[in-house]
Amino acid sequence: MSVRFQLTDDQRALQAGVRELLGRCFGREALRAAVAAPGRLDRALWRALGGAGFFALRLPEAAGGVGLGLPEAVLAFEEAGRALVPGPLIATHLAAAAVPGAATGETVVAAVDGELVEWLAAADRVLGDTAGVAPVRSIDPLTPLHRINGTAPAAGPVRTGPMSTDPVAVLLTAAEQLGTAARVCELAVQHARTREQFGRPIGAFQAVQHLCADLLVRSEIARVAVYAAAVTADPADIAAARLLADEAAVRGARDCLQVHGGMGFTWEADVHLHLKRAWVRAERGGGSTQSEELLAVRLAG
Amino acid sequence: MDLSYTPEEEEFRARLREWLAKVLPTLPAKPSPDDWPARRAYDLGWQRTLHDAGYAEVHWDASPTTRLIFLEETERAGAPYVGANFVGLLHAGPTIAAEGTAGQRARWLPPILRGEEVWCQGFSEPDAGSDLAALRTRAWRDGDDYVVSGSKIWTSHAEVADWCELLVRTDPDAPRHRGITWLAMPMDADGITVRPLRTLAGSAEFAEVFLDEVRVPAGNRVGAENDGWRVTMVTLSFERGTAFVGEVVACRRVLGELARAARENGRWDDPVLRRRFGRLEAEFRALWRLTQWNVSAAETGGGVPGTGASVFKLRYSHARQELYDAAADVLGPDRLDLDRPWVIDRLSSLSYTIAAGTSQIQRTIVAERILGLPRGR
Repeated sequence: MSVRFQLTDDQRALQAGVRELLGRCFGREALRAAVAAPGRLDRALWRALGGAGFFALRLPEAAGGVGLGLPEAVLAFEEAGRALVPGPLIATHLAAAAVPGAATGETVVAAVDGELVEWLAAADRVLGDTAGVAPVRSIDPLTPLHRINGTAPAAGPVRTGPMSTDPVAVLLTAAEQLGTAARVCELAVQHARTREQFGRPIGAFQAVQHLCADLLVRSEIARVAVYAAAVTADPADIAAARLLADEAAVRGARDCLQVHGGMGFTWEADVHLHLKRAWVRAERGGGSTQSEELLAVRLAG
Repeated sequence: MDLSYTPEEEEFRARLREWLAKVLPTLPAKPSPDDWPARRAYDLGWQRTLHDAGYAEVHWDASPTTRLIFLEETERAGAPYVGANFVGLLHAGPTIAAEGTAGQRARWLPPILRGEEVWCQGFSEPDAGSDLAALRTRAWRDGDDYVVSGSKIWTSHAEVADWCELLVRTDPDAPRHRGITWLAMPMDADGITVRPLRTLAGSAEFAEVFLDEVRVPAGNRVGAENDGWRVTMVTLSFERGTAFVGEVVACRRVLGELARAARENGRWDDPVLRRRFGRLEAEFRALWRLTQWNVSAAETGGGVPGTGASVFKLRYSHARQELYDAAADVLGPDRLDLDRPWVIDRLSSLSYTIAAGTSQIQRTIVAERILGLPRGR
């Protein structure tokens, strides 16, 4: 019987394998070390990811790749998003066939996306036109940013054209957002279970319970949208996935911050790292406007 | 992960489509929503048509995927809804099938499948809504009968039902969940008063049912005395993820109709409205995927995990209200005119975050049973 829309055993194994690898190569200590050294890309980590097939995941085996498809790539990027792995992962993954060394993690590839470039200075290759590029003091300590044209553009009409970015890049971004959404839900629940006030865990209060429930609901609806888009690769499904995943990650991180109370507002807690990264990712691929317009066009036919 | 159907499923779909195209034009005109006897006759007639064509048991015997296809295709084709057959096919019938004796199954199941008898549900009470286990309608044994007194509320189709699946308290001293019994009450028994309740949408979609020493034969008890809570939970978990298939298909169609209406009346030029529709389209696409996900989970695991069902309920009920709020924006000032399309639907949508477990109850369930947060209150 079909509509077997569930993870296969192989996909579960891949998911567990990537989580285990990232736990080993980029655990919490490495995360905080990266925060302390902004802008520095860990080449050893990059090669380890390359060695594990992260960038060559979708290259055919004949070309030295792993020979897997979009669903598997989505699962891997979900894990990377969850672990907040820094670096231009998607640009390098997408360049695996075209740029020598990208597949193995020897070459770090960044790419211009609209008016922004992530990781420009640390990359070996930058794809796209970088004329007039200038650094930005990035809101996310784990994502150095450059701005094309340097200065803020005059307010102009919102771009409503067809999606200019590779839909696969948008999908993989949605997968990363899904990883953050699921992780911030876990962090909120952990905190709500252990933090006590008024003589009981704050998770026993319905106001807190309902914040946590909404965290799960948003991440689970985003999950099916992202997974389905990975199966169909339909640009409309991808647009839907990105809208739901952005919502799940950004609102999820904010609610997680709220559940953490004062600690959530500190540099020490990891919550802000998720929120800031979610904001950076939400900017990619033309932002939500592009996806909303694409879906609206499909609707009105 | 796979979203394709097997050749057998595709064949089922093709045959069903062909049959629907043939049979739907032959149906009588839809009755007025206020004419309950006509609605009963129409809904039973459709069930008989399904039965004669071999589709009567699709809710019971078919795989979840086959049922998904059935519900999707009947909605697409504009076939009648399950209507008055709802409780019989989706609650009482499955309960009897799972927990009834051979005699009870033989007595009650065939008339449900053949479209001969209508069931209603007597679960909620004025003081037992979200807290169903607080129900107080009493039943005590008198010879071969139970004698039942109390009142039920939100009972759909009570005016035209033949049977009521009734939850009664048979042991007031036992812990709340252990003193409840499941009875099949004949609706023509003495002592039953049905008072229709008018909804805010103006129609009488359900009723209050008052029970004054109604005699129900003890042989109409399904399951053991005081085991009714467990018997009922079998019913409530029956639908296996397909309860809202037709509605999601319908909402997606409405969304398209609204977009085209907005294009015609010029409101589509407003980017705020357009983007809102883009978001709604994303939402309903995702709800369809969640339906497929839940059905697949039921297919492999035998039941829908609570996560899938609660996530769906919370998102869908809200999305449906958003959909008809967007409809109001397409209509402009016409949104105040009850004769315009979608205006009544907007009113009806207000029940979705309340019926079958309020959003607040659902969130508490998610928090305590799925996320494992400590029990509150």
